[in-house]
Amino acid sequence: MYLDVASAAPWHPRALAAFSQVAEGFPGDPGRVHESGRRASDLLERARGAVAEELGGAPEGVVFTGGGTESIHLAVVGTAMVNRTRPRRIISSAVEHSAVLAAADRAAALYDHEHVVVGVDLDGRVRTEHLAELLAEGGAALVNVQHANHEVGTLQPLSAVARLCRQADALLHVDACQTAGRIDVDLGELGADYLSISAAKFGGGRGTGALLTSPRARLAAVTTGDERERHRRAGLQNLPGIAALAETLATLRPRSVSGEAAKRATVTDQVRRHLRTQLPGLVADLAIHGPTEETLPHILAFSALYVEGQALVSALDSQGFEVHSGSSCATTSGEPSHVLVAMHALTHGHVRVSFDDRFTLTDSEAFMRALARAVTTERARVQI
Amino acid sequence: MTPPCTPDFAGVQSGQTGPFIDSRGRPCPLPVIDLARAIAAAQPGQRVTLLADDPGAATDIPAWCRMRGQQLVDVQEYEDHSAYVVERTA
Repeated sequence: MYLDVASAAPWHPRALAAFSQVAEGFPGDPGRVHESGRRASDLLERARGAVAEELGGAPEGVVFTGGGTESIHLAVVGTAMVNRTRPRRIISSAVEHSAVLAAADRAAALYDHEHVVVGVDLDGRVRTEHLAELLAEGGAALVNVQHANHEVGTLQPLSAVARLCRQADALLHVDACQTAGRIDVDLGELGADYLSISAAKFGGGRGTGALLTSPRARLAAVTTGDERERHRRAGLQNLPGIAALAETLATLRPRSVSGEAAKRATVTDQVRRHLRTQLPGLVADLAIHGPTEETLPHILAFSALYVEGQALVSALDSQGFEVHSGSSCATTSGEPSHVLVAMHALTHGHVRVSFDDRFTLTDSEAFMRALARAVTTERARVQI
Repeated sequence: MTPPCTPDFAGVQSGQTGPFIDSRGRPCPLPVIDLARAIAAAQPGQRVTLLADDPGAATDIPAWCRMRGQQLVDVQEYEDHSAYVVERTA
């Protein structure tokens, strides 16, 4: 069972179909004026319109990129590059995806800005009173607060954040990579100036993303060399990828309470709640991360005392359950997840499960039994 | 700053002697396991000092104390490791 959709979601059948149809049928460069170019351009602009419609922006504010990470860098570095009128400061929540923190560090170093991180509470919610203080004392050009956390699922208090940003005339970048295509995401309603999304996170394909921008957003291209995407991102657009992304969003219809996205969310949320309530009874000394409510339906993270996260991942993998760990033994950096650290949460023995609606309640029972066995085995090994 | 491996350090000064556990060089979750064993063997009110340099220890030792209802009395940071003083509660 694949329980790591938050890392990479399986392709939606409509994404696969759109990808191959467009790859085969639209070989032209949308920047050219010949017949093939015009057909490609029409398709590109239809996709742009569809993305704008699903995510609440204007088509001219949509920039297609090579994925969520690139969208994030464009928003953050691209803004710092042209910032002349706002304070030379970028504020990020402590639990942003590492791409956001890295982009802000880069923008600070290259374009002479200060990067300040604002802490979170024990549930992973950004401390809005601290953000208010930071904005009051020095303002900011850009504030980065994610829509929901990728490791534990916590939804951020964005209406409060947006209000603070508006009052301080700071631009707001919302990393919506984990929410786009799953729950209602609307640039305008969120009060955001930038929305970054990734096809790979909602089943819309791979290597394709978008950055939505508000009318007051000001940025320069990070990748330059031509005038594509209204001078905001050079390079031949990945038309098959873009078509897959747009088609999938339009199929999932995350704005509709009766759409596919909403139905999947209801099913996955049931399983998430079941896991949450049952796990503590099955596994002793287990801490479940993040709040029960106001959190994403498809993610659950927890840490078990006295065991290695990597050992749990391996044991579960051998039982057919593919999960992710943010423990230091499991990461490439050798450091524990900065999200868990910011939340003062137990970092060892950590497992994140993230799933779609194919993971049933019955499957979740089998998963919990496998987890309990793995934890027992590991604890017996260290005799604790 | 008084280095931890001398009798002047926190636990002895307070009059509540307790063991030192050197978990430097031990990767997570071993420092927390070492602490759990030491606290289990301690008397209520007794303090244990643990040295660790694992990056996760700074978060995990306080988290363990919270989860297990034990008292984190002091944390001292040194150049290449930290010292955690934990008191066993009742």
